[in-house]
Amino acid sequence: MSAVSATQAPAPVPVPAARARRRRARWYRQPTLLVGLTLLAVILFMCYGAPLLTSFNPDTQNLEEPLARIGQYGHLLGTDQEGRDTWARLLYGGQVDLRVAVIAVLFPFVLGTILGSLAGYFGSWVDVIVMRLIDIVVAFPFFVLVIALVFVLGTGEKSIYIAITAVGWVSYARITRGEITVAKRQEYVLAAQSGGLSSLRIIGRHLLPNVITQSIVYAMSDIVQNMLAIVTLSYLGLGIQPPTPDWGTMISAGQNFLTTQWQLTTIPGLAVVLTGLSLSLIGDGLADLLRPGTS
Amino acid sequence: MGRMSFVFRRLALLVPTAVGVTIITFFMVHLIPGNPAVTILGEHATPSAVAALDRQWGLDKPLADQYWLFIDRLFHGNLGQSLYYGTSVSSLVTSRLPATLWLLCYSAVLAVVISVPLATLAASRKDAVRDHVVRVVPMLGLGMPAFWLGLILQTWLGTRLRLFPVTGYGQDFLGHLHTMFLPSLTVAVALCPVLIRSLRASMLGVLGAEFVTTARAKGVPAQRLLVRHVLRNAIIPAVTVLGINIGYLIGGTLIVEQVFAIPGIGSLMIGGIFDRDFPVIQAVALVYGVLVVLVNLLTDVAYVALDPRVRFDA
Repeated sequence: MSAVSATQAPAPVPVPAARARRRRARWYRQPTLLVGLTLLAVILFMCYGAPLLTSFNPDTQNLEEPLARIGQYGHLLGTDQEGRDTWARLLYGGQVDLRVAVIAVLFPFVLGTILGSLAGYFGSWVDVIVMRLIDIVVAFPFFVLVIALVFVLGTGEKSIYIAITAVGWVSYARITRGEITVAKRQEYVLAAQSGGLSSLRIIGRHLLPNVITQSIVYAMSDIVQNMLAIVTLSYLGLGIQPPTPDWGTMISAGQNFLTTQWQLTTIPGLAVVLTGLSLSLIGDGLADLLRPGTS
Repeated sequence: MGRMSFVFRRLALLVPTAVGVTIITFFMVHLIPGNPAVTILGEHATPSAVAALDRQWGLDKPLADQYWLFIDRLFHGNLGQSLYYGTSVSSLVTSRLPATLWLLCYSAVLAVVISVPLATLAASRKDAVRDHVVRVVPMLGLGMPAFWLGLILQTWLGTRLRLFPVTGYGQDFLGHLHTMFLPSLTVAVALCPVLIRSLRASMLGVLGAEFVTTARAKGVPAQRLLVRHVLRNAIIPAVTVLGINIGYLIGGTLIVEQVFAIPGIGSLMIGGIFDRDFPVIQAVALVYGVLVVLVNLLTDVAYVALDPRVRFDA
């Protein structure tokens, strides 16, 4: 949900009134942003409005109707090997995956922004330490570290958050550091410094509002990456634990029936792809909108 | 600064990173809740087995000693004993590494083969329909779970149409090329969106350069202009993008190896997770870290080798 609110109120960037007006007048003319937002709205409505769209319970097993075909026994997308309604599991599973993917973006966002702004603002040894840490974390492929950490910490949602935070903060720190290194030399910061404001106040009230947009744009693609990580972990049995419905476990459970019951695996995968597409489009549109001339 | 001293300085920068990589893999043991030896051994945790593992990893010693032991073993090429296979982890990793390297190189080549023509097509007329199509369609690849695409390709091109083998690694060179096509394609698809985007952007940048205008004024045909003048100059930033994303590429091979049953280190690691074979997981994570660091080094060196304008004071 925060993805949507984030896109509607990008950041409290202090811009001249005329530019702000132009921006407001323009956001709905960005085709990529518009298509992305619409697609995401439809997906969110389908997942969170699931009770309106299906009367089946996603967890109710019906061993008399296993592996029903599309439309059989009133099941829109058939049933899985335990007779559970695929359509219902798809909708309710989306709630779980979307929630975890969005929450999993918040912690790295905050941690990375804090570390990045400290490194960028103070420079010297703070910067050296943070940059070395970044070098070390990026030395590991994202999936390798996340999978290893979740395995070590034990399966479950909490481990997913910890693992993704431990790996994901790096990008936000890099972005924020880069932006702040440039922004801190500008006159308004020098003015604030000579006015005797504390460093924390300068970072929090003056610098961050000006540099945070890049991180917000990146957060969109980061949600996509988290989603892929969660689905992948679930596929390996390390993520969302059954019987909670989730797209990864659905793909994994359906793969044995791919030649006969193609929808069991194909449809949840398509759901992931479409959700990813909507967020990528939003990120792309936001980047165009917030950074004119660099598309 | 000369080329060689740049390479040496770049190598020196590797040292802190390499140390950090070993520290992280070392500390993985200590993140395990409770007594690591008991947790790792699971149902096989007899007191003597726990004591043996404690001794093997030095878990009864102070932390600094443990780390020193870990490093000492590492330099002797000893990555520990696999709890599941009962053999040395280093021999497991060495026997599995070629398949992973094959997959990596093959996917990188496929990604370039797919991306270069598409990016050229898009950049050849900015904001035309083909440009928009090339910009949006690959975005589908960004949110595509690699294992899902792998399963779909396996079913349709492998099982149904019988065009490609569904699993394995192949025997000889041609066998590798044939067998590894689907897995490499799966990995490449995830990489293409990023590559196409950066290549398109840098081609558009080069298209605005004065030497392009000059070439055009001299009457160089459009196609020749794009390939000989623009692409050659635009490919350098793309190499860097490929290098930066190599971690992502390598991460993608992990799960794809599992789906296609390729005997590489990725499937070794995932197998290790199912068998709760901690030394294997630790060692493979370490090898992946070293691999990424080495590839990043290679990218930097390739960058200076490709672009004569690069100065060596970076």
